[in-house]
Amino acid sequence: MKKEKANEQANAELRQELVEHFREKRELLRQQWVQQMVAKGLLAGLTQEEIENESVTIYDTCIVCLETGEYDGAKTYATRMAERGVLRGMTTEQIIGGLLTLRDVYGRSLFEKYQHDMGRLLSALDIYEPVANKILSIVALAFVGEREKIVRQQQEAIRELSTPVLQVRDQMLILPIIGVIDTHRARQLTEQLLRTIRSSRAKVVVMDITGVPGVDSKVANHLVQTVDASQLMGATVIVTGISPEIAQTLVTLGVDLTKMNTVGDLQGGIEEADQLLGYRAVRVESVTGFNRKEKV
Amino acid sequence: MSVPILKQGNYLIASVQSELSDADLLKLQDDLVKRVSDFRSRGVIVDVTVLDVMDSFATRTLRSMAHMIMLRGAETVIVGIQPEVAFSMVQLGLKLEGVSTALDLEEGLALLDHRTKGDNRRG
Repeated sequence: MKKEKANEQANAELRQELVEHFREKRELLRQQWVQQMVAKGLLAGLTQEEIENESVTIYDTCIVCLETGEYDGAKTYATRMAERGVLRGMTTEQIIGGLLTLRDVYGRSLFEKYQHDMGRLLSALDIYEPVANKILSIVALAFVGEREKIVRQQQEAIRELSTPVLQVRDQMLILPIIGVIDTHRARQLTEQLLRTIRSSRAKVVVMDITGVPGVDSKVANHLVQTVDASQLMGATVIVTGISPEIAQTLVTLGVDLTKMNTVGDLQGGIEEADQLLGYRAVRVESVTGFNRKEKV
Repeated sequence: MSVPILKQGNYLIASVQSELSDADLLKLQDDLVKRVSDFRSRGVIVDVTVLDVMDSFATRTLRSMAHMIMLRGAETVIVGIQPEVAFSMVQLGLKLEGVSTALDLEEGLALLDHRTKGDNRRG
């Protein structure tokens, strides 16, 4: 019991000694660190002033973590740095590389200080290394978190952009589908189509799947469901742009598409829809001056 | 609650006013099939705008009702299926095969007008 207490006491003293050592050698070690990072090309894109400011802050934050055993400061700083770093296009390699270099610099100075006292060096490393590792993992996590946040935002944006339902004539909608369809997207697509059918009182929908790279039985099922649901709302669906590959897949899979109205391309689909709605597109006169801008 | 059935020209309009129990549905079916030839109607419209749910029983009843009415010499159009209802119906695999559907009452009437054009029988 007594021994443990003594041990703790010794540890605390050693910790304080390390902190003081790093404070004392602050300028020297920081310069070494910056030089090494420059040599490794980890500071590309930063100005001299930024390097000075950032390195001082990081250095001091690390020492505070070592001294107090609290990592709140490191966490806040890492989050802020991640936000700025990601925005400015700094790579994770740069950040992690920088911190690894700082770790090396600290470690080396400890070796120098305690090289004649092996026992003390080992206890010093015992204290210092967990702190360094923890800081490193905090920063790495902050960066990964920031990246994930951006990925999520972009996914959301893509999702919203990905299902436009366009009205081209009275009672006629076009639904161009581009990209891979999964269950989530198919559901969203169908819901949006149905809502638009109601609000615009559409009778015919031309669904163009030219931009869909491939289908499987699930996706085909989704398409059939969309067609059926639109039918229940009183709208006819014409599917256009079925590529040779998709046609082959659909037939091989044995999907029942006999009830689906299909036309080769979007133009054909619109013409078919015109016919169903009783429109006829007619060219009114010869258009010799098509490109001429009228001057008033 | 029973469903009021209105006569409008050559057509009968059954306008559902609230959620229907199975018994209500069967009563609607009996009433419509019986009354369709009372006025020599050419078409029947069932307006389901207020329904938030269409289960398998409702779907089957509507489908068989439409087939019965066809045997009695009239067309049936189901109108006003909500987007959510349509979506859940296809997900549950419920189909209204052989039954016409339209967006709302107006479209339904237009559809019947189109279908029964050239038929000069007076109501």
